[in-house]
This record gives sequence, structure tokens and C-alpha cells, in this order.
Amino acid sequence: MMRRPSLVFSLLAFGYAFLYAPIVSLIVYSFNESRLVTVWAGFSTKWYTSLLQNEQLLGAAWVSLRIAVMNATLAVVLGTLAGTALVRFGRFRGRSALALMVGAPLVMPDVILGLASLLLFVAMEQLIGWPAGRGMTTITIAHVTFSMAYVAVIVQSRLVRLDPSLEEAAMDLGARPWKVFFVITLPLIAPALAAGWLLAFTLSLDDLVIASFTSGPGASTLPMVVYSSVRLGVSPEINALASIMVGLVTLGIVIAGVIMQRRAADAR
Amino acid sequence: MAGPRPQLGAWQDPSAAPLVEIRNVTKTFGEHYAVDDVSLAIYPGEFFSLLGASGCGKTTLLRMLAGFEKPDKGSVLIGGEDVTAVPPYSRPVNMMFQSYALFPHLSVADNIAFGLRQDRVPRAEVNERVAEMLRLVRLDGYARRKPDQLSGGQRQRVALARALVKQPKLLLLDEPLGALDRKLREHTQFELVNLQERLGITFVMVTHDQEEAMTMSTRMAVMNEGRIRQIGTPAEIYEYPSNRFVAGFIGAVNQFEGRVTEQLDEGLTVHCESAGTDLRVHAQHEVAPGTPVAVVVRPEKVRIFAEQPPPCDNGLSGKVEEIAYLGDVSIYHVRVAGGVLIEAQLTNRARRAAAPLTWGDQAWVCWNADDAVALLE
Repeated sequence: MMRRPSLVFSLLAFGYAFLYAPIVSLIVYSFNESRLVTVWAGFSTKWYTSLLQNEQLLGAAWVSLRIAVMNATLAVVLGTLAGTALVRFGRFRGRSALALMVGAPLVMPDVILGLASLLLFVAMEQLIGWPAGRGMTTITIAHVTFSMAYVAVIVQSRLVRLDPSLEEAAMDLGARPWKVFFVITLPLIAPALAAGWLLAFTLSLDDLVIASFTSGPGASTLPMVVYSSVRLGVSPEINALASIMVGLVTLGIVIAGVIMQRRAADAR
Repeated sequence: MAGPRPQLGAWQDPSAAPLVEIRNVTKTFGEHYAVDDVSLAIYPGEFFSLLGASGCGKTTLLRMLAGFEKPDKGSVLIGGEDVTAVPPYSRPVNMMFQSYALFPHLSVADNIAFGLRQDRVPRAEVNERVAEMLRLVRLDGYARRKPDQLSGGQRQRVALARALVKQPKLLLLDEPLGALDRKLREHTQFELVNLQERLGITFVMVTHDQEEAMTMSTRMAVMNEGRIRQIGTPAEIYEYPSNRFVAGFIGAVNQFEGRVTEQLDEGLTVHCESAGTDLRVHAQHEVAPGTPVAVVVRPEKVRIFAEQPPPCDNGLSGKVEEIAYLGDVSIYHVRVAGGVLIEAQLTNRARRAAAPLTWGDQAWVCWNADDAVALLE
């Protein structure tokens, strides 16, 4: 086949446009003078200043961040335990049940997961008085139930590729099983844990459905506030907030990329 | 070859206490018997090899000495102490893994120091012993490298240093030379043997390479399907295999099935259909006439002549079918009257001196009764 640089180039341009045009227009309109998101009326940063005074949005962002961090941390701990048990503990009783149930939240629709969590929390409150009301705690618990499944899958796939004789060698040299886990296994699966933490963080930050079911008064997450305010009409403040988040994510990816390159250079 | 060692082996000394005793050990994985009622004693200072094809249970046996597998039945004793239920981290045993299992996130020095740090050895002593080990395996200057910055041979030496640094009573080696190329392997065989003699640590090695086992071991056990088929020095196993499996597994062999016709003072006479004649063979035990036996003789014990030789214990004549030139030796395949193919080996120095033989020539083969063995099993 003949090479057609122009065709390749236009396909590439179309692909990038498809992926990034919405984000670019979102960022461009965050600097719009006008209230209307559809009409360009000159450059301005006033929506960024007004965002800083919008207590509701900032509060929601803070709630979301705290939930996301807590969720990611808990999900990594539980997911690592589940993944390790599934890969390293041989064929124990209830292994297939655990494997199935760890994986279930991956395919469970959010609506069902959210509703189920809500019903559980209500029932628990009536029976044992905890959790009292719904709020950040209940959202975090609901988020952990599904994001630990993702972490477990990531940890499992890393552990499967890890030579079991590494752990045996450590034990042979006198390290007890827990020590082996912390000194050998954990450092070797650390990249998987970092990936799992970031994924769980993103999943939680991103979630609207489950949070809507399990939140209570005073605990609105950012996606909930954005969604409800969009129904009343899009404010450029949301564009500004979104632009900041895109900026933060980009920064994070750039830093991660630089670190990885340094590591690769070190290894050489 | 490292050659036979001059001193009397500890296994021949009735007062010696074994370092390792395996008593009637059985291990199954599901329906499969990995190790089937194995008993074995290994004495201090030995270089003992477990030899067998893959899946014969040798690695499982080694892993039971390390403590990674628990026998279903039987017991394992090390230094007279029952360690069957002792976990790997409490055994006075270290292992060198087939994959080396070097910790990729630790430097060479930290890899070697790992075992000492588990025992809370003071830092100064750790540094000293690590430096000593690095010198021993000729890797000074590599202390700060990571395992992936080393060659295969260097990694092998780090693994060895890491297993030796705790001065175990017993070192287990799982195919220690398997990942090295041929030239390096031969060189490393001598190094390992020298190191073992210098340190006086008992080595137990698993290998599938018979040449490696013969070169390095003081004694070896040939395993098949979870059972030990013969234990002995390399020379005993090569010269006097105790059954057909061992005879066929170690080296090339000519094997004739037959029946004992008479027992004389100096040996047996065995009637072999396939050889077309009666064969005379040295006997170690009394064998009743009529018993089916296999007569085995090594190709290098079979002499080959272009003309009728002077009478010998076992002389047969036939036609040369195949000649293979292997550099140091040549191998002749001679089809004898009974129909069986006999392999004879001739060093090429002897070949040049002898009358030339070529494909299709009439040839005579003969061997002494003492050079053949009759096997019951």
C-alpha cells in the first residue's frame, strides 16, 4: 500500500480532536468574560476569582478530596490483602467464593451498588445505631467496597508474575512470613499499589451515582454539586474548577512521567 | 573430572553420624506420588547429588530439606534433630535457587547481608562477612550493583554467596549450573567442588545432568518416579548399576535380556537369544539357573577387531553398520548374528593403531566377563 501522509495526518488530527476538543473548549470558555458559556465576549479571569469565593463548590471539592484519599488508602490495604490471599495462600476453603465476590463489584451496576449500600446503612442504623446518619463515612465505605475490587485485580496480576522463590529465599534466609511480606513482597509490588491507589482515588473522585445514594445532608461531593448546578444552568465557575482539575491531573502525569524516566535511566 | 577422593567416605565409617536423615518420606500432590517412601542418609562433608529426569521427585525432596514442603508421611532429621515440622526460617539450612531468586530491589551487598540481618548480627560484623563473601566469590567491587546489572555467571555467584554467608550446616543447590552456558558451567563445576572442600559444608545438589552429578559428587542417588533407584559413588553407579533403569539412565549401555543357564565359581553363564550365544558375566550374588536377567556392558569396555582376536570371555562377530566420529572417540555399531546391535567405543588414538574398519566390514567384538554386570531388577 502507498503511504499517504496527508491521510495519516488527518486521521491523527481527527483522533486528537475527538479526545481533546471538549476539554480545550471547556478551558477556553473558563476565561470567557460573558456569563453565557456559548458566547465569547473577551478574555477574563473573573470566574477564577468568583470560584474562590464560592463556598459551596470549594467545600464540595474538599469533601470529595478527603473521601477520595481515605477511600484510596483503605482500598489499597483491603485490596492487597484480598489479592495476596488469592494468589499466595494456595487452595484454602472458600477461595473460589472469595475470588468471585472480590470481582463482583467490577461488573455490578453503580445504581444497584448504591441502593444496596443505602439499604444496608439504614438497616444498620436501626439495629446497632451505626453509622449514625449518612455522610462522608457512608460514602467512603460504599466507595471502598467497589474500588478495593480494582486494587485486588491489579495486585493479583502483579503477584502472579512475581517469582515465588523470591519469597521462599527470604524465608530460607531466616525471615518470618510477615517480615517477608513487608521487606520483599511489598517493595516488589509497590508500583501496583501506587497504580491501585491512583485508580481508587480517581474512581472515588469521579463517582456520582453511589455518592448520591449514600450521602446525607452536609456531605455533598463535587460531582453531586456540579451535577445539580448544571441542571440550573452551567456557570463558567464550573469551567474554571474543571480547568484547575485538568491542570492538576496534567501536572501529576508529567511528574510521574519524569520519575519513571529517571528510574529507567538509573536502571541502565 | 574431579576424580575419586583419596579419603575414606564418611558413609563407609560405621561410627559416623549422618547429618541428614530422611526416613520413609512420602509426599503426594493429589493422586501423584512425588516422593514415594524414600529413605536416605547424608554424612557431614559430602557433596551429594540427587539425579533424575524432570518430575522424578528430586526437587520435592530438596524442598522438604529446606522446609518448603511437608512430607505426608515419614520424618526428616538434620543433625539428629527431627525438623519435619520446623519452618524454613528456623532450619540450619540454606538453599541456592535455580532462578537464583536474588532480590531485585536490593544491591548485591544487601542481598548477601539479608540473612545476617534477620539474625540481628551487629552491623560491623555484617559488613565484614559480606566483604569476605564477595572476596570468596570474586565479586569485590560489585557490592553496590543491582542484580539486573550483573551477568548470569555473576548472579550465580551472588546467589551462592548469599546462601553461604550464614555458614549453614547444609547447603541445598537446585540445578545450580542450569542457567549457565556450557563453557562457564564446566569451569564453575570445579569452583563449586573446590569451595565445598575448602569450607567443609555439606552440599546437596539437585541436577538432571548426569555428567554434572558424576563430576561433582562424592555420592549420588538416582531417582525415578518418586523413588531412589540406587545410591552410591559415581564410580559404583557407573560400573555396577543395580537395575536396568540406572544402567540405561547413566551413560550408554549394551543390554541383553536372557536366562541364567549355570552358576560357576567365577560367574554366571547367561543364554541370550538376541546375542545369539551364551554370555559369561561376573556375578555379585547367587542366582538360580532359569532366572531372567539383563546383561549390561558399557561401550568403552567392548573391544573391536578387524580380524579374529585371541579367545576371550565373550566374543561375537558381526557387520559394522555405523561409525560415528566424535573427536576424542569413535563409536561403532556392529550387528551380530543374533540380530542385536552392539555399540563399541574406541578412543581415536587406539583407532589409528588398530586395523582400519569401515562400513559393512566383518568385525569381531569381545569383552571380559568382569566388565559386564547381570541385573535382576
